[in-house]
Amino acid sequence: MSGLSVHQWLFGILSFLTVLFSLMVVFSRSPVNSVLYLIMSFFSISGIYLLLDAQFLAIVNIVVYAGAIMVLFLSVIMLMNLKEDTEPQRTVFTKIIAGIIGGMFLFVLTGVLKGVEVLDKKLYGTSHVGLIENLGKVLFTDFLFPFEIVSVLLLSAMVGAVMMGRKGFNKN
Amino acid sequence: MINGISVNYLMLLSAVLFTIGAVGVMARRNSIIIFMCIELMLNAVNILLVAFSTLHQNADGQVFVFFVMTVAAAEVAVGLAILTMIFKNIRSIDTNLLSNLKD
Repeated sequence: MSGLSVHQWLFGILSFLTVLFSLMVVFSRSPVNSVLYLIMSFFSISGIYLLLDAQFLAIVNIVVYAGAIMVLFLSVIMLMNLKEDTEPQRTVFTKIIAGIIGGMFLFVLTGVLKGVEVLDKKLYGTSHVGLIENLGKVLFTDFLFPFEIVSVLLLSAMVGAVMMGRKGFNKN
Repeated sequence: MINGISVNYLMLLSAVLFTIGAVGVMARRNSIIIFMCIELMLNAVNILLVAFSTLHQNADGQVFVFFVMTVAAAEVAVGLAILTMIFKNIRSIDTNLLSNLKD
């Protein structure tokens, strides 16, 4: 046990927390609790990004995912007034089938991963790839065109959302 | 500073998270929870992309994660707008009630 470094311990704890919170997202009955657990899960994923020397993505993950997207989910859930007792439940049979399918899927995935011996290596040293200076250079040289296209995508998504929220959109 | 984190464990974590998301999509009936489980699956892929980006010391993977986040934001904006419209019309977002195209 003493052979593990601090980073390995941190990684183990963070991955445990991530998996735990993700399970709670699926199993918690109240939608508001699900959203809160998902936020916690995103925070632990940000911790894993920090451990992997991806500082920019860790911050963006917190700001965009936990900050913006999850607040959107939360406000929509509160708008619809979804509670534990209005929550539709699948039958136990369907849930068991879903669990079995998921278990088989995980089995196949880990089986495939076990065969990949080439990647059985550990990460060492300091990486400067995740710094914002480095990422910005790549983003504005190699990925300039996709970057601009993404702005068009966001604009069209915004226009679409506003269109659908408009009064009288669904009256033919 | 990365001290001895194994890529295999990162791949395992990503696989587990993806499976949890897939099971959530199959086992829940609330459309918003299904959306959240899709976000979970996207994040599983993001972890893997960051891991390989760090392994190969190549920034392309992290730029891809950036794009995935942007697309997820756009998807959530449009998806939640659609869900609120559906809720306005039938007062529910139960996926079993959304079967108008079936018959």
